[in-house]
Amino acid sequence: MRLQLQEITKQFPGVLANDRISISVDKGQVLGLLGENGAGKTTLMNILSGLYKPDSGKILIDGKERIFRDPAQAIAAGIGMVHQHFMLVPVFDVTESVVLGNEPTKGPLGSFDRATARAQVVELSKKHGLHVDPDAKIESLPVGVRQRVEILKALYRKSDILVLDEPSAVLTPKETEELFEIIRGLAKGGTSVIFITHKLNEVIAVADKITVLRRGAVAGETTPEKATPAKLAELMVGREVQLTVSRSKSKVAEPVLEVKGLNVLNDAGGLAVSNVTFEVRSGEILAVAGVQGNGQTELVEALTGLRLADSGSVLLQKKPLPFGSPRAIATAGVAHIPEDRNRDGMVKGMTVAENYILNTYHLPQYSKGGLLNRKAIATATEQAVKDFDVRTPSIHTDIASLSGGNQQKVIVAREFSQNVRLVVAAQPTRGLDVGSIEYIHRRIVEQRDAGAAVLIVSTELDEVLALGDRVAVMYEGRIIGILDAKEATRERVGLLMGGIVK
Amino acid sequence: MSFLRRIGSAIRIPALSILVALLVGAIFIVVTDIEVLGLLLSDPIGALSLGIGRAASAYSALARGAFGDPASFSRAFESNGDINIWARALRPIVESVVSAVPLIFVGLGVSVAFRTGIFNIGGAGQFSMGAIGGTIAALVFGAGATPAPFAILMVMLFGVIGGAAWAFIPGFLKARLGASEVITTIMLNFIATNILFFLVINVEFIQMPPYIQPVSKELSQFVELPGILPIEGLRLNISIIIALITAALVSVFLFRSTRGFELRAAGLNIAAAKYAGMGAATSIITAMLISGAISGLGGALVAVGTVKQLSPGIAGSVGFTAIAIALVGGTRPVGVVATALVFGLLQNGSRLMQIETSIPIEMLLFIQALVIAFIAAPDLTLGILKNPFQSVLRRAKK
Repeated sequence: MRLQLQEITKQFPGVLANDRISISVDKGQVLGLLGENGAGKTTLMNILSGLYKPDSGKILIDGKERIFRDPAQAIAAGIGMVHQHFMLVPVFDVTESVVLGNEPTKGPLGSFDRATARAQVVELSKKHGLHVDPDAKIESLPVGVRQRVEILKALYRKSDILVLDEPSAVLTPKETEELFEIIRGLAKGGTSVIFITHKLNEVIAVADKITVLRRGAVAGETTPEKATPAKLAELMVGREVQLTVSRSKSKVAEPVLEVKGLNVLNDAGGLAVSNVTFEVRSGEILAVAGVQGNGQTELVEALTGLRLADSGSVLLQKKPLPFGSPRAIATAGVAHIPEDRNRDGMVKGMTVAENYILNTYHLPQYSKGGLLNRKAIATATEQAVKDFDVRTPSIHTDIASLSGGNQQKVIVAREFSQNVRLVVAAQPTRGLDVGSIEYIHRRIVEQRDAGAAVLIVSTELDEVLALGDRVAVMYEGRIIGILDAKEATRERVGLLMGGIVK
Repeated sequence: MSFLRRIGSAIRIPALSILVALLVGAIFIVVTDIEVLGLLLSDPIGALSLGIGRAASAYSALARGAFGDPASFSRAFESNGDINIWARALRPIVESVVSAVPLIFVGLGVSVAFRTGIFNIGGAGQFSMGAIGGTIAALVFGAGATPAPFAILMVMLFGVIGGAAWAFIPGFLKARLGASEVITTIMLNFIATNILFFLVINVEFIQMPPYIQPVSKELSQFVELPGILPIEGLRLNISIIIALITAALVSVFLFRSTRGFELRAAGLNIAAAKYAGMGAATSIITAMLISGAISGLGGALVAVGTVKQLSPGIAGSVGFTAIAIALVGGTRPVGVVATALVFGLLQNGSRLMQIETSIPIEMLLFIQALVIAFIAAPDLTLGILKNPFQSVLRRAKK
């Protein structure tokens, strides 16, 4: 065994994050580590990379016990981490980024030996089939290539145990496929890979061996040959899970949202949304697919009042949308599930109840004479917590201490608490566990069936295909195609996401 | 039970921080004592016992200065109710509360701003402008040395206006132009100090005749705040009661009112506040107005009621101490009041410490700074108290 973790236990105040977890990976093997958020994957990897010390348990490399006091010792032992959020300097070029921290030097002053560094990077990328231009600036590279730079960085430090934390979260389907090629190549060359994900299809596609974690413990081990997505989901969640959203045919009626020639600028003043035209009708779900950063964020912000539109018209139920006023837009019947729930959707440090009334607190039922009606707020929140199955010790608990899925349920409950004509949901299930995803999808479909128009923006192809009655694809600020659900195959949408119009 | 536990967990870190700061302060007293240092090489044991003795006598003086001398109290009990002896026994503790009054006001004021995510360091300036407002009101409306409710109300109103107006400037600049309140409030502190200075040396209406000293007329000739203790010579007046009422109102405002909800939301997460349709600019300006009004009210009451004169040093270090108090008190009104009382005790006690042991009053600033450092690093505080040798031993075993 190249690497073994034996009976690793780590206790945090109130949480047993890792409960006697044992995993192992052989030389040249790909281990898929599957688990929901909060299952203990990240803690385990932080222990492996020397950030945390386990309370008990052993790390063995080639059968010998190793103790990592800090990340430097883990790196020296050959463990390379590629984090979900890249740690790269945008203005550096690829060569500089790869060697940063271990630069080859020359001369008595130890000045940076650029030529040697470049040669090493070129050789490394050739050897492992990681194609990158060594002179390109990081900021000019697409995310998929930046990830290759991160992998090169680990390889440059002579890592032969590579840990990839949710590597596909930011990639297009095509980039993901390329990443899998790279992983297979690395494994063939003798590198051991630990591939952390919560996506069932991915582990089946790339892993040689699958370990499923649930609530800090190993829930099961299997191989891709024996595994099915349904089986893995059940191991992950601990019960049977409905992977597809069951929904009836929609009764489509009049348009609720009509967007014509909309242009929106990004923070830098560039055109983020360019001449976008579409409509969403009552009783249908329009799913907007696209790789992160193709204008979806700005589109949603403009529609929900967080960003002013540059030009174009938006009609909500035949009336002009009150641009720039989130409150007026919400009052007009728009529910907004924000893309970044930590940033926009909730106030950490406030209670579940306070977050439940975050945008309705000013309504007469909650506020009288400038004072909050705490009784009415408590009653309404108790009901919402029950209706939406929010798992919280109390409505007076700080929302920050809830799991992501329960936080999102509070947000969804709040947004659906008023009369809803249009739902704008951006990445409504990002980072959530399978159980919560299933639940939130169901709730959104319920709104559609009740006659609301639904606009879902998602970078997850699975989500787009599962929910969309029609699928629009955004690429570089434009909508480059709108497909009906039956034409929207994985391949067609995937190609459009990459900007390829046939 | 759970209520008590909640209080316990809320005050654990602040209380431990103050304790550890006093311990470190004691070490500092010992190692800066020249006699102790002189003995260190020839007689280490003697140096240690001398040092401990010095620290003990310093803190004993601090305690007696803050709470009163047990000997005076026993004399007071034996005196069969002699008012003068009682006054002497009670004076230290009463003076400690008097010292706490400005700290409560400014501590509450900056807390409201902090809750909204605004780092208002202008407490001193707002306090000074309130003191100026209160002084002018006293001179204009004060009929004589008798308590006149109307004049007192005017003093309070002018104090509120002075402080609020001063805080409006940085609030407006931040809301409209994005100017950093840290810079603007610091600068406005200097301007307030100099306006005050200008008024007490250039304006005959304010300056005390014969117009030589840079102080105002004695305000007790115009208005006096009613005392709340029936003993002559103990200068505790209704300002402490107004301070406690203010604390209660701030608590209701922050945690029960719609506006307070908006302010707290903006303070914790401005992006989410905007998402929820709350006006960020309104929140900033509202918070600054309230913050300044409270500090200004304190300034007016302290100038007119306690110092009874407008003088250039009236704000002293209250602005910065109040920041410490707001942080130690968790920007909660109850916590602010409790911490201000503790700091009042320390401030007042340090005067006797200086007289008896010639340890300068600046020692107190050192201890206050340590308190902030320990609050900011709770793990350090807990670590020091848990067992300073534990980790060393564990390492030695390996």
